[in-house]
Amino acid sequence: MTPRQRLWFFAVAAAGLVACYLWAFTGLPGFGSYPGPYGQEILRVAVQQTNATGVVSAINFEYRGFDTVGEEFILFAAAAGMSVVLRKLREERETEPADEAESRTVPPSSSAVRVAALLMVGPTALLGWWLASHAQASPSGGFQGGVILASAFILIYLAGEFLSFRRLSPDALLNAVEAVGAGGFVAIGLAAIAMNLPYLYNYLPLGTVPGAVSSSGTIALISFFVGIEVAAAFVLIVGELLDQTLLRSA
Amino acid sequence: MGIFPFLVVAWVVVVGLYGIITSRDLIHQIVCLIVVQSSTYVLLLGVGYVTGGAAPYFFDIPLHTKAVDPVVQALALTDVVVEAAVTALLLSFAIQAQKRFGTLDPHELAEFKG
Amino acid sequence: MISAGLMNTLQVTVLVLVAVGATVVVRTRTRVRQVLALSVYGMLLAILFLVFQAPDVTLSELTVGAVVLPIILLLAIAKVRKREQ
Repeated sequence: MTPRQRLWFFAVAAAGLVACYLWAFTGLPGFGSYPGPYGQEILRVAVQQTNATGVVSAINFEYRGFDTVGEEFILFAAAAGMSVVLRKLREERETEPADEAESRTVPPSSSAVRVAALLMVGPTALLGWWLASHAQASPSGGFQGGVILASAFILIYLAGEFLSFRRLSPDALLNAVEAVGAGGFVAIGLAAIAMNLPYLYNYLPLGTVPGAVSSSGTIALISFFVGIEVAAAFVLIVGELLDQTLLRSA
Repeated sequence: MGIFPFLVVAWVVVVGLYGIITSRDLIHQIVCLIVVQSSTYVLLLGVGYVTGGAAPYFFDIPLHTKAVDPVVQALALTDVVVEAAVTALLLSFAIQAQKRFGTLDPHELAEFKG
Repeated sequence: MISAGLMNTLQVTVLVLVAVGATVVVRTRTRVRQVLALSVYGMLLAILFLVFQAPDVTLSELTVGAVVLPIILLLAIAKVRKREQ
């Protein structure tokens, strides 16, 4: 099939798709008038039931915690799958990440970038940790905090210190941290089963003040575990891709 | 404003699909797939919006103010982070395909059999 | 608080910008330029989520679209380019 035929075929199919979309969208109740009972009901009872003022995180880690376990395992599988897919082929040889370009005139990365990146590593790690442990109060949570924590490590690489990046994030430690994060989430749910409660039931004390750090039971704990799992997964992913740029073919 | 956000969603989907179909480079195709995925976030948030509603966080506003739907926000939130990991897996497939077949052109890659 | 009419105009403007941004990302054929266009598109999406009263999703999209996606795309492009030489 030539490209022009393919394009005409796509035009016909796209027209059919858009017609179906328009038919579906005219059946919706219009933008801004959402009638759904589930969301309004959760908004009514969430803060009293869980002492968490961040309703979105309460939904993520308690009301729909089972979905979040699944999503976390997608992340886990993607990071594990990358290590499998990016294995060495027969004719590739791995070289040690040493400085072998003393005679080449490569322009060094500018000192502004290096200093700025190095200065931002500490605050970024702190911000990521803070976000991952405050899921129940404000717009934060395990997923965002984990990504920001991973970007603190990426900043080390951007500052030109690739060898420090590799030394600070060895593969064995990252795999262990990621497994602890994913397993911790599942273990919290299983501990509820051990107490004769439904899976992922919120059994820790709920605290007295809505929105405090120690309130809302298992939500804060689960968010912390999700945070370290997401951070480890992303540092693994970036580390795999960085290793690829060092492999040389024979 | 009744249906306009959903028209934008349909446009983004069609444009992304057009990019995937007429692409000559695997990396370009992967970025167009990211665009198609982003249309679903707009659709989710557009469905759950309530006119005049505030964000569903009650630590500084009184407890029963009208708020937008929090369930679709929870879905979109985990979606965004998981999409990045799946994109990384797709990129590793592209790298490995180039190592084995020497090309990143989907039209040439389609001719290989096994 | 912002009046309803102003919020409406804001939402329509950002939606139009998102549609234009998606078209620009798809039509850019050079690899590195497309990654830059994707970064700008991610920022536009983050503003759209903010205007739709979803700060959590904004935070996610900002961190993913500004840090993680450009890094993995640029690393993959560097690896592919090194092999093409």
